[in-house]
Order: sequence, then C-alpha cells, then structure tokens
Amino acid sequence: MEQSFINELKNIVGEQYTLAARESLAVYGYDSTPELESLPGVVLLPGSAGEVAQIMALCHGAGVNVTPRGSGTNLSGGSLSKGGVVVQTSRLNRLVEIDEENLTATVEPGLITSTLHREVEARGLFYPPDPGSMNISTMGGNVAENSGGLRGLKYGVTADYVMGLETVLANGDLLRTGGKVVKDVAGYSLNPLLVSSEGTLGFFTGITVKLIPKPQGKITMLAHFPALQDAALAVSAIIAAKVIPATLEFLDRVTIKCVEDYAHVGLPLDVDAVLLIEVDGHPAVIAEEAAAVAEICQKHRSSFFQTAKDADEALKLATARRTALSALARLKPTTILEDATVPRSCIAPMLQVIQAAAAKYNVTIGTFGHAGDGNLHPTCLTDERDQDEIKRAHAAFEEIFDAAIGMGGTITGEHGVGLAKKKYLPRLVGESGIRVMKGIKQAFDPKGILNPGKVF
Amino acid sequence: MDYVKLINCMRCGMCLPHCPTYKETFLETASPRGRVALVRKVQEGELDQSERLLEYLSLCLDCQACASACPCGVNAGELVAEFTCERKGAQGLGFMEDMILRQLVPHPDRLESSMVPMRAYQKTGLQKLVRKLGILKMFPKPLERMEGLLPELPKRPLRQEIREITPAVGKERGTVGFFLGCVMSLIFSEASRATIQLLSSLGYRVITPKNQVCCGAPNMLGGDLEGLKSEARTNIDIFSGYDVDFIVTDCGGCGAELKKYGHHFEDDGKAAAFSAKVRDISQLLAMHSDELQAMLKPLDLQVTYHDPCHIAHCQGIRSQPRQLLKLIPGLQYRELAEADACCGSAGTYNIAKPEMSDRILQRKLDNIRASNAEVLVTSNPGCLLQLKKGLADQLPEVKLMHLTELLAKSLAG
Repeated sequence: MEQSFINELKNIVGEQYTLAARESLAVYGYDSTPELESLPGVVLLPGSAGEVAQIMALCHGAGVNVTPRGSGTNLSGGSLSKGGVVVQTSRLNRLVEIDEENLTATVEPGLITSTLHREVEARGLFYPPDPGSMNISTMGGNVAENSGGLRGLKYGVTADYVMGLETVLANGDLLRTGGKVVKDVAGYSLNPLLVSSEGTLGFFTGITVKLIPKPQGKITMLAHFPALQDAALAVSAIIAAKVIPATLEFLDRVTIKCVEDYAHVGLPLDVDAVLLIEVDGHPAVIAEEAAAVAEICQKHRSSFFQTAKDADEALKLATARRTALSALARLKPTTILEDATVPRSCIAPMLQVIQAAAAKYNVTIGTFGHAGDGNLHPTCLTDERDQDEIKRAHAAFEEIFDAAIGMGGTITGEHGVGLAKKKYLPRLVGESGIRVMKGIKQAFDPKGILNPGKVF
Repeated sequence: MDYVKLINCMRCGMCLPHCPTYKETFLETASPRGRVALVRKVQEGELDQSERLLEYLSLCLDCQACASACPCGVNAGELVAEFTCERKGAQGLGFMEDMILRQLVPHPDRLESSMVPMRAYQKTGLQKLVRKLGILKMFPKPLERMEGLLPELPKRPLRQEIREITPAVGKERGTVGFFLGCVMSLIFSEASRATIQLLSSLGYRVITPKNQVCCGAPNMLGGDLEGLKSEARTNIDIFSGYDVDFIVTDCGGCGAELKKYGHHFEDDGKAAAFSAKVRDISQLLAMHSDELQAMLKPLDLQVTYHDPCHIAHCQGIRSQPRQLLKLIPGLQYRELAEADACCGSAGTYNIAKPEMSDRILQRKLDNIRASNAEVLVTSNPGCLLQLKKGLADQLPEVKLMHLTELLAKSLAG
C-alpha cells in the first residue's frame, strides 16, 4: 500500500492506531480458519463511528478495499484481507445502554459478547446467543456472521435478537435500520439482510438487540446411548413431547474416546453417543420437563442417565461437552471444524454419512454439536504438513456438504461462507440465489470495496 | 525449538481474553496467539528477528494464563521464553548477566552478603533520607524502581537462622524436605518460618538442607539454561541424600521450576523422582484439612486471595489455597475478580517494562479495592513484592500476607 495513502488514513485515526509495519501486519493476516492467510496493507483501529465513516469515504474515493475485523475468531476466513485496509473494532467497545423499559441493549460493534451477557444478567435480563467463542467474539462479528451457539434450539440465533442497526455504507454514508420498536413494516426489512452479510454490505457502528427475562432455573442431564439410532430417536422424541431444551448437545464415539483419554471424566468407551440436555425456565415447569426427558431417554435404551442435583454436579456433567473441542484439537496439529447442518430429523443419517466419508478417505473425524437444531460439528483432525491427508479431508467434507444439501440442510449453520465455503454456495442456493445476492451487493456497494471476494 | 508446538496453535483466540497485555492493548501483537504467530514466522524464515519483533515478544509476562485457556495445550508464554532462551544461548551471556546468573545466584552465601548493605541502608535511616531528598531521581529509572520495591528486610536470612532439622510436634507422620526460596529466605523469612511451623504442627519432621541453592528460575528468565541445569543438579543431589516423603516449597516460582527438573534431565530417574516429590505448601496442607481445621482458632477477618501465575497457571493449583483459607473459623472469604490474572510482577518484568506492569497492577488493585477485603493473601514472593508496593501506594488499609502467615496466625490464635 502506498505510503501517501497510509498517511491520509493516519490523519483520520492517529499514528498510534495505524499499524503498517511488517511485524504488525503479519498477525492480522489470519483468523481462526485453518490454512487461510493473507497479508493486509494496513490495519486501523478507529475510535469513533465518525472515524469509520471518514475511512470508508476515503477508501471509496480511492477504490481501496476495506475489511471489518473484530477479535479475529472467524471460522470461514471472513476477516482476512489481501493487501487492503483492515478496520478493527476493538476500540469501539462501549455498552451504550441497557433499556429495561423497552428490553433492549445498544452496543458498539467491538463489545465482547460475554461482557454483554454479564451486564444484562446482573439486571435479571438475558441475551441468549452464546457462540463457542463468546468470551472473545465481538457483537459486530456476531451480527455480521449471524452467530448461533448452544442455546439456538430454544432461543434462536443472533438474527432473532437484532432490532436496530447503525451501519456505515461503502461510500461513508450512514444507514439506520429498525430500532427499539417490536413492530415495523415500513419498507423492506433491511436488518435481516445486514445480519449475516459477513462484512460485505456495510460496517456496523451501532447495534440494538432484544433482551428477554432471565430464566429462573435450569436442570442439567446426561445420557449415554449404546446405539446411535436410539440417541437420534430420543432427540426427536423429546421435541415431539413438546419439550424444547435450552441445550441438547451430542458427542459421537470418536469424540467420546478423545474426551475420555484426555479428561478422564468416566465416559464408557462402548457407547455410540452421549447427550447433554438442559432445560431452563420456571422451576415447576422444568421439573416436569426433566421428568419427561428422563422417561424418554430410558425408553430409548439409554444405558446411563443422570440428573444433576446442584450447580456443581451440573458443571461436572457438562465437562464432557465442554472439553470436546480441546480433547479433539490436542490429537493433531490441524483441526478443521465444520458446521454442516441438517433438519434435526436427519441427524442419524447425517452421522452415517460423516462416518462413511471418514472411512472412505481414511481421515479421523470426530463429531459433536447441537443435536437439537441439527447443527453438527464434524471435526477433522489432521496435519497441515501432510498435503495428501489435507486433500482427503477436503474430499470427505465435500461429500458431507453435498449430503447435507441433499437432506434439505445447509453447508454452514453458524460459521458463514467467507472464503472457505464459497465453492459450495452455488450448489446450495443455485444460480438464481447467487444472482439475487449479487444484485443486493451491487445496490449496497457498487464499487465492490467492502470485504471483496467473500461469500460469492 | 519444536516446530510442532508452534503449529499446534489453531488460532481460535481462546487465549485472548485471558492475556493481561491483550486486555490492556487489544493489539494482536500483544496477544499469545500473535506471539506464537510471530515466533512461527521467524522459524519459517518469513520474518527477521527485527528489533520491533523482539520488542513485541518482550511484552509477554510469561504468566501462562494463555496456557490455562488454550484448548490444544499450546503454552505461548513458554514458547516465547524458549525462543528468547535459544536466542540468548546463541549470543552468550552479557557481562552483567554472567555476574548475576553465574557468580551470584548459584551461591546463597554471596546472595546473602549482597543484602547486607541493603539492610544497613534501611536501618541507618539512609533509605528515608534518600527517598526524602529524591536522590534516586538522579539514577537510572530501573534502579529507582528496584529501590521502591524493596520492603523492610529481616535481620538475618532464614537459611542462617533455621535449624537443619525441625522435629515433628507430637506423633511423627512423615518427613519433608523444605526448599528455601532465595527471596523467601532473604526477604519473607517470617512466612517461611510459618510454613515450617505448620508442617511440624501437623506431625512432619522438616529437613532444611543448608547447602541447597537457587531453583534456577532466574537463570531460565535470563536465558541461561546451562546455569539452571547446574543448580538443578546440585539440588537434586542434595535432596536425594535424605529420605523424605515430599519436597515442600512455599514459593510459587520455585515450585513451578522444581517440578520441571524431571523434564530438563530426560532419562534421569533421580531428577524425575525429585520432581515427583515436589509439593506446593498449599497442596500438602490441604491433604490434612481435617487435622488442620481442628487446630485453627477464629480470626474475624475479610480475606481475599490472589492466585500467583506460578501456582495457578504453571502448577494448576487453584482450589487448595481457597479451601485452606475457608478452614479458618470466623474468616469471611471474598473471591477476587480476575483472581488468577497476573499482578504485573512477573520476575523482573516490573523493572524491565514499568509502564505495562503498572497498568496491570492498577487493574489488580482496582479489583482488590472492589473486594472490600481487609487482608490480601497470596503465596509467591514476586507477587508479594509487587502487591506490597501497590497496596502501600493506594490501599494502605489492606494488609498483605503469605498464605502460611495467615494460617500460622490462626494457629496461634
């Protein structure tokens, strides 16, 4: 990037917040996506929405690319830039307001998700989306990727909570969409379009989310199933019994073995599946729901079932699920974590597809994830130095994605398309889907300077 | 340097919210993930060991909070230390480093003699005068900081005063070897005296070999692996000469280092056996909670605990110190926010990186203030030095104690 242009940017954000040295750029060339890396031209840390607008206007005039970045925990390469301007949101991290009368919170994009959780929960309120990276992920990133999490089954995902956005457009203009009103049918609904736009339509500078009352109680349960089919049927039966658990998580045999080897939590090695189930809400209601869950699991031949007596025991029961990723990731240097998602009735056949693909391509894939909403995390354990194995891993995933599409599912439930899944998007949405998306992109960003090369 | 350890980092970012320097700066260059990436790029030949890069790496406290948080077992703090160590190894030690690490640290008697003028400086009133006149402003900054950190020194180091064998009180249940940390013996001798008293009260015969030497942690910090190994060898040989059930230390830094001896001398059964016997004092005391509880007398105090990095992150000891404090009747325990975040002491970091160290200390002090505790307990001399200075400046009403000092106080009633 030309020094004179960097100097102009420096005038906007200040010298201290302009990173252009090789050693600095090197650590902004990655996010959490394996195998992907590219060096940005400059990294900026603006301190106000006004500075963001000035940066956008300047880059728009010069035709220079801009990529928004939060904490860099993206799992689809969405926060990478090739030689362009990376605008990092860490200084825009204020919790602007918690409005207890309207049950909303307004935040800046760099606010850490779990900070919002802590602040609203201290007031008896609840912001449900809880992506795995919530202790470091930013609200701006969560909105741009429409992040999900463990509580998705009962409470939905980020999109279900975004009520208002303040967005700096590609040319530096400000766009306000939605607000604190529950009902709003004036014109096209632009919020859902901006949520999950992966930084390609605008740069969020203000986010207003919906809050709900915090559930009063929670009961945690753990069940082992010798047969995979029984676990899958139990999941369907729980939903059919009109119990919607807050958490309905699943571990497969490979994951169970890794967890047991690593954490020694007492999991049997001869079971096909472990389910972690949590119901939350009014104490009287959850007691009934827990009893129903216990009965259903036993009816579906669970070999072990336990209900936590207190918070300590709940924590213990959840250990296996919480350590799943660690246990898997320790085995090999490279961990490819995917998020193929199917209608929950298709979990059992999907797991069979994953196992068959792993065997066919001779790769190790452990699967865990959100059984309740069909969002699975097949995780391939490999080594980036073994190019042959990496190729086989990608071939296995290609079969898995195609199967997910075939079952009426999707290639990504919560990580986004970014760079990593571009190839698969046309297979899912078809030619007309891509055409419409490109049209929307054209309307928002005719010069194509916002996070170019992502999604399609 | 083991390349696999570098590529094990999957860049998930789970370390970021736990890194004290990242929390202060929000800069990727000041994060564990960033440091691993920088070291990796040097190894891959993509980046040179430029001054800027070394400056970035030197901001690491090596507190290893990142290692506690890492899902894949990467220890960024240790990797940066290893990288620095290898660089230093290739360059050789400088004159001052050689003087301190090879000529002073391995010799307890020389180390003790070096403190004599310090104590004289305090006792003659010279310290007060120097501080009053602001004479230190004329010296280089690091000297002024060092002087400011120095608390009142004991009359004599514990090593010179303690008997080699302290018998068990009552029926003897076993024998422990006591590892005297240099700083504990030189500066916090009262705490170590309390440690020995607790051990003997619980029925342990305590052997304190007088010829033991520094654990080697300062050498590791200065990039002097050979110096560390030589000291380790001496200590292993000395303690192997006694028939002890455990080797106990009340210094978090020493404990973390002693437990690694086995790792430094692979295929050496004696080193591995030594390390296997090492216990932090809180681990050993917690084994005898019931007996201890029966002996403790009430203390009407509000107490909080700061986890030293070398105890919580390097040794994974978190529950035992809290469990022990809660044994004291009448004591109200208040958990400290971000209790296991570094205090900014980190070896010589508070002297080498005063600005960042002060920011990290400030966050710690703010949390201590919010806890409303009257007594702050911790169990590592580095933290004691740093927090003593911080409390004196900003929270003089809060008393600072080593874990064993407070337990011994409760024992005495």
